[in-house]
Amino acid sequence: MAKPKVAFYWCASCGGCEETIVDLAEDILGVVEAVDIALWPVAIDMKRKDVEAWEPGDVAVAFINGAVRLSEQKEWVELLREKCSLVIAFGSCAHMGGIPGLANATNREEIFANKYHRSPTVANPDGIVPQEQTNVDGYDLELPTFWKDVKPLNEVIDVDYYLPGCPPPFDLVATAVGAILEGKLPPKGSVIAPEKALCDTCERNDTKPDEMTITEFKRTATSTPDPEKCFLADGFLCMGPATRSGCGERCINGNMPCRGCFGPTPDAIDPGLKLLAAIASRGEADSEEDAKALADSLVDPLGTYYRFGLPASMLKRSADTERAQT
Amino acid sequence: MISLTIDGQVVEVEDGSTVLQAARKLEIQIPTLCTHKALLPYGACRVCLVEIEGSRGSWLETSCTFPAQEGLVVNTTSDRVLRTRKIVLELMLARCPEVEVVKELAAEMGLEDTRFPKKGEDCILCGLCVRVCGEKMNAGAVHFVNRGTGKAVEPPYDRHSAVCMACGACEVVCPTGCVDLSKITTHQPRPIPSEFDEGLSSRGSIYVPFAQAVPNTPVIDKDTCIRLLNGDCGACQAFCEADAIDYDQEDTIEEVDVGAVIVATGFKLFDSKLINRYGYGKFDNVLSAMEFERISHASGPTLGKVIMKDGRSPQAVAILHCIGSRDENYHEHCSRVCCMYSLKFAHLVKEKTDAEVYNLYIDMRAFGKGYEEFYKRVLGEGVHFIRGKAADVTDVSETPEEKGKLIVVAEDTLLGVTRRLPVDMVILSGALTPSPDSADVGRVFSLGCSQGGFFLERHPKLAPVDSMSDGIFLAGACQGPKDIPDSVAQGAAAAAGALSLIDKGKVVIEPITAEIIEDRCAGCQLCIANCPYAAIEYDKEKNISVVTEELCKGCGTCVAGCPSGAAHQKNFEDEQIFSEIEGILTGSEV
Repeated sequence: MAKPKVAFYWCASCGGCEETIVDLAEDILGVVEAVDIALWPVAIDMKRKDVEAWEPGDVAVAFINGAVRLSEQKEWVELLREKCSLVIAFGSCAHMGGIPGLANATNREEIFANKYHRSPTVANPDGIVPQEQTNVDGYDLELPTFWKDVKPLNEVIDVDYYLPGCPPPFDLVATAVGAILEGKLPPKGSVIAPEKALCDTCERNDTKPDEMTITEFKRTATSTPDPEKCFLADGFLCMGPATRSGCGERCINGNMPCRGCFGPTPDAIDPGLKLLAAIASRGEADSEEDAKALADSLVDPLGTYYRFGLPASMLKRSADTERAQT
Repeated sequence: MISLTIDGQVVEVEDGSTVLQAARKLEIQIPTLCTHKALLPYGACRVCLVEIEGSRGSWLETSCTFPAQEGLVVNTTSDRVLRTRKIVLELMLARCPEVEVVKELAAEMGLEDTRFPKKGEDCILCGLCVRVCGEKMNAGAVHFVNRGTGKAVEPPYDRHSAVCMACGACEVVCPTGCVDLSKITTHQPRPIPSEFDEGLSSRGSIYVPFAQAVPNTPVIDKDTCIRLLNGDCGACQAFCEADAIDYDQEDTIEEVDVGAVIVATGFKLFDSKLINRYGYGKFDNVLSAMEFERISHASGPTLGKVIMKDGRSPQAVAILHCIGSRDENYHEHCSRVCCMYSLKFAHLVKEKTDAEVYNLYIDMRAFGKGYEEFYKRVLGEGVHFIRGKAADVTDVSETPEEKGKLIVVAEDTLLGVTRRLPVDMVILSGALTPSPDSADVGRVFSLGCSQGGFFLERHPKLAPVDSMSDGIFLAGACQGPKDIPDSVAQGAAAAAGALSLIDKGKVVIEPITAEIIEDRCAGCQLCIANCPYAAIEYDKEKNISVVTEELCKGCGTCVAGCPSGAAHQKNFEDEQIFSEIEGILTGSEV
């Protein structure tokens, strides 16, 4: 029997998800033994026409990482959807929008203005901005459309499963691949990770005080967390209580609070809002000034509560983008 | 057991008893000045002489040291005994002619005077102090020095002793009151202030908290008891006939399962030291209301006599209302009871002394049954009422009449003048304030606090006895300042409320409660601190939080605050809310 084929593809991503595969080092030989890698732009040179030549169902599974913001990305993922039996949103960006999704906090015009005009390292006296249609030396050039906002993969195509994490830890990837090979698939739309929040497996959970109160937020940039203590109890905002476990507590073991890359637990409608409500319920301030000081001590609340999930959240995008659309 | 005959009566005593103990068993009175139940027999005072009858005639022995023997025949009232005892007392009276206990005993024996030259000593050399210090306190800070006529009790080399713990046992046992602790010890003697008497009297290390204490049994103060501190003393055990004193007893915490709780933790009187212009704590005769309450009480430190610190009867007394209450700087509330107890104080001072009494009030709040009538009665007793809050209490006199007095300065708002009232005693009618630990108690019982810090009732008019939590009731001043009749009424209502719950045998709960999905809870425990009803507990083994349904009021705080969405509100799910929102948003199109 021929080995099943898998495809890897990337959209708006940093390449970290590819790194998960590369990090396997010689173990990748085991993977190659089990499956054939049909597409992997980071490592294998293939053109779109090669993929277009596939028959639907030729490739068993496509692992797509990265968020979607360009029309070209949309075309590619739609193509893969057509040709592959299963599509797995691989990593936080495909799952929820991820770090690139924070661009939804601003709008396309601002991004272009910063990138091509305002940035101190940019010298652009003619004010040239990339255009979708350009004629250079008599040739018509076409660039993909830069959408007004970033979308998670499931807003563009139908997604079968989600592998969360930034990047997903390989044991989860192995679990998913194993399940696919053995045909023991969970219900469609499942996030392949435990359903409980990170506190469940966090060793520091035992150090939580009976009555936790938060009077100020510290930053890891300016102070070092206690290596044993629960981060929240120590005054650092930790996304752990609102984030799925299964990551292997990689950040916690590095003495960094959870940043929330695994996304919300199945019952949480909106991860940022749920944690915000939880934190607000434990904040303590005697006066209006103290309350303001407490709120102000959390630098960049949007980027903290929605670091990985802004496009997939109830907020989706900033109101500016919303207005620009209409 | 040993059997012996005393004054013709046969008595059985344990081996090792003394003749004195045998006589006391027969309730035969033998006077003695140097015996003490907790100390070894010593035979110093010789007053307890008895006649022992033997086969070859009789002889005299001190009954406190002579061992009881089988078949012994003792006579305690023979002529020879009485004659000799009289001589002993006459000699003692010559040594200590002014000592009360000796004079009394001599008078009992028919002695009016002594034939020997008087010396004017105050120590009868009974050795009780020496023995209690050596035997019981294991200190030996005082001892006999010299012999014969030069014999005396002193610390070593007649210098202040550093081994003396200043426990005061020698003072307590001395029958003549001649021990002056300050001449013995290098330490500062610190009397233990009686909590119940507001520190106006002192108490022992073993004491009954107050006359009507429930249970009415003594307690040992483990911070001052020498036995518990050093393992010495143990004198009280020798006195307890019921053998009820157990020094090995430990504090225990007892857990009781109950169906209802009545919180009646009371109030704390405002600390008048916080307003230093009234001189409380600075002037001897500026008293708090509670201190005056003890002074005026028949069982109080002065046995009900209204006297000043120096023992004189006051010529004028000022009673200052609203100290710390109705005052934006301290407590805004009216303490409700002060007007009436201040009137009672005025009445008591009038009744017990000839003093002039001044009540300085903001306005008189004599509400309710019999109160206005009492106010009228006190007005008729010649008490001076001055409408104006006292501004100052000072001892700086401006006129000869004010010299040596406390001067209360106040504006008389009815006359429109500033008055200076020279008085001997000032009573501060302080505010009723919440107990200092009310925040902790509130946390234990999930009680909220109203403005001012008193516990919050469920409804000021319709549920004044209930708290926000079912089965927890409030009674008395912990819920707000109130007088005795109101406290009794609220207490009875709370008891009835608790009884009706217990009597029913079952509790009806609302269907809308919170539930934590076991498979989804990560055990972050944030909900536990959020629950205002203490209805969530952490299951350490399963590492999850669990809602106790009987306690849950369905307020939804835990549901809103659950970061992982594991907490759900039954019949009130997010989906329902979203459907409602959708319905509202699409309503216009339908």
